[in-house]
Amino acid sequence: MRSKTRSAALAVLCASVLTFAACGSDDSSQESGGDTTITWWHNSNNEPGMGYYEQVAKDYEADHPGVKIEISAMAHEDMVDKLDAAFQSGDIPDIYMERGGGELADHVDAGMVRDLSDDASEEIEKIGGSVGGWQIDDKTYALPFSLGVVGVWYNTDLFEQAGITAPPTTMAEWSDDIAKLKDAGITPISVGAGDKWPAAHYWYYTALRSCPEDVLTDAVTSLDFSDPCFVKAGEAVEDLLGTDPFNKGFLTTKAQEGATSASGLLATGKAAMELQGHWEPGVMQGLTDDGKGLGDKTGWFPFPAVEDAQGDPTDALGGGDAWAVSEEAPDEAVDFVKYLLSDEVQKGFAENDMGLPTNPAANGSVKDPALAGVLKARDDAPYVQLYFDTAFGASVGGAMNDEIALLFAGDASPQDVVDATQQAADAEQ
Amino acid sequence: MTDQGVATPTASAPLGEATRRQQRRVAPRPLGAGWRQRLEIAFFVTPALALMAVFVVWPVVSAVRMSFYRWKGFGPMDDFIGIDNYRYVLTDQVFTDAVTHNFIIVFASILIQLPLGLAVALLLDRKIRGRGLLRTIVFIPYVLAEVIAGVVWYQLLQPESGVIDGLIRAVGLTPPDQGFLGTPDLALATVFVVLTWKYLGLAILLFLAGLQGVPTDLYEAAQLDGAGWWQVQRRIAIPLLGPTIRTWCFLSMIGSLQLFDMVWILTGGGPADATTTMATYLVNQGTGRHNYGIAGAASVILFAIGFVMALVYQVFVLRRDTAVER
Repeated sequence: MRSKTRSAALAVLCASVLTFAACGSDDSSQESGGDTTITWWHNSNNEPGMGYYEQVAKDYEADHPGVKIEISAMAHEDMVDKLDAAFQSGDIPDIYMERGGGELADHVDAGMVRDLSDDASEEIEKIGGSVGGWQIDDKTYALPFSLGVVGVWYNTDLFEQAGITAPPTTMAEWSDDIAKLKDAGITPISVGAGDKWPAAHYWYYTALRSCPEDVLTDAVTSLDFSDPCFVKAGEAVEDLLGTDPFNKGFLTTKAQEGATSASGLLATGKAAMELQGHWEPGVMQGLTDDGKGLGDKTGWFPFPAVEDAQGDPTDALGGGDAWAVSEEAPDEAVDFVKYLLSDEVQKGFAENDMGLPTNPAANGSVKDPALAGVLKARDDAPYVQLYFDTAFGASVGGAMNDEIALLFAGDASPQDVVDATQQAADAEQ
Repeated sequence: MTDQGVATPTASAPLGEATRRQQRRVAPRPLGAGWRQRLEIAFFVTPALALMAVFVVWPVVSAVRMSFYRWKGFGPMDDFIGIDNYRYVLTDQVFTDAVTHNFIIVFASILIQLPLGLAVALLLDRKIRGRGLLRTIVFIPYVLAEVIAGVVWYQLLQPESGVIDGLIRAVGLTPPDQGFLGTPDLALATVFVVLTWKYLGLAILLFLAGLQGVPTDLYEAAQLDGAGWWQVQRRIAIPLLGPTIRTWCFLSMIGSLQLFDMVWILTGGGPADATTTMATYLVNQGTGRHNYGIAGAASVILFAIGFVMALVYQVFVLRRDTAVER
């Protein structure tokens, strides 16, 4: 009798397992009857970007009968979460976004990303140096389609009110301007230190200004932070903090959500400056009722030079987004990515203000004057350092950002930042 | 504060014992009722058990397994490192501080929310005008979704532009320079105030339900003997509320140990790690830094702490409520 009960229970269990299995099968890149379906995830989920990409896919399908492109347009954070889950399950979309650095290296290590060096050699050559952030051991694993640099966005009206005639070029000049703004009763800078990375960008930039290029490139591969220039970077941030330039409560301020976020404060004229990436005008437009952001009051200047330091003041900190193809994707996916990087698509990308194009042929299509200035700074920079947290990967980058946030709170010293980063880096090896 | 509404109001002691005795008088199910009944049980229970296994047991087991590996969340899990993750978590000051914060919330809840909730419940138990309305008002915060309540408080507590800073300035005081949430020394206390606002309603509701179970003839007898209102509450109402209070303490303790949502929205664990909890720590390590092994170890430690505390509480405190007299 007991065995009967057991087998009955087993049958029920099997039945339910079968149900699960049936629900669970959802393979993306199947080929049926000569037709190829390519899955493509991107984060342009607002107009005009979303519609533009739909049109691009339609154009490609028209020219390539038998190829079908399945687009998933998601909000950025959703896409990042879904990608994490996709990598865990191994069911990766054929074309997706890679941000380069340590994250890409991990994906390559796990054998999940396709090597594009030979298939897309023409495009790689055209893009030039910008592709460096997506190369590992001289192999290219993704093609960047937008690459921006971080700089200081400011409100030209508030600068005028405070009697500032030209943007600062050194940290000392910056301190003077901060003092002038405070005298005029204006909050000089907003920073979303609650999200940590906006605060970390200050340290990244002072490190870029303090360290020679070869020390930085070495650090990315060797994960060795013993050079004294990294401590100097923290000291430069401490000096800036000493002028008390930030908005009230900046330690829990968010980066770009709502009117009380750092971007919101700049967009509504409650702060004069913010250190942010090239996406800032778009973010500010989303945070103001009239959809214009700061409009024609938007100004931009590169991060000032740190005095007596070895870094090149024209170097830039930046990063971007690249199209990667998963290892198991059909060849057509590579071809479509090449199309996405073509002169035609990149020009349309620039005209729709979707980012800063990497194909030089599209440079003339960037209309917004502030963005054109960012583009010029990027192209004039002898060296563009990928955001350190991206370059080092989530584990080391996260430890670094957390410690820099403590530095902002006055709870960690410049040496602590170096130590915490080194400790996390050592654990990686 | 307590866990999400799992509570069922406990009846007062004498009533509870009576029902329990009644239940014991009912004859137990006959044993060995045959294969047919077993099959029935298996048929109805298996789907639920299978779901349990897939969505509860398997994740728990894989979290434990994860905690012994260095793993970034994808690719094969093959870098076995023994108890290194546990060593890392237990020596990480951010984690030990997080444990401290959890325990501060546990004890603050019991020391502050319990007397406060009891006092309000005793007041609302009196026959006063607008009692129903007052009870509803007190209970509203608990009904609000935690995330919505958190976002509203986040905006209220904004420095300078926030309503609370405005009110403080209006009465001639100076609010903290970096705001309540931005000042490391005040942040945890501020979070606790918001939690109290949110969860006091549940405590009051439970206590009121418990008070309903106190037989009115006990009050009448006491009043005939000349006892005042305060004496009646202290000698009769509160002692008979014992089981309810002990159950609330238990729920509050477990909820405080698992605290995550409100902290995540109000401060994200900051400023300067002043409000981290075990749950924010493990989320930060896991989805933030992709150190899934460390996150796994932290979750096992969180489970162990919760389990031990629940067990100790069960053995030393709740036993008197659940013990069946021989």
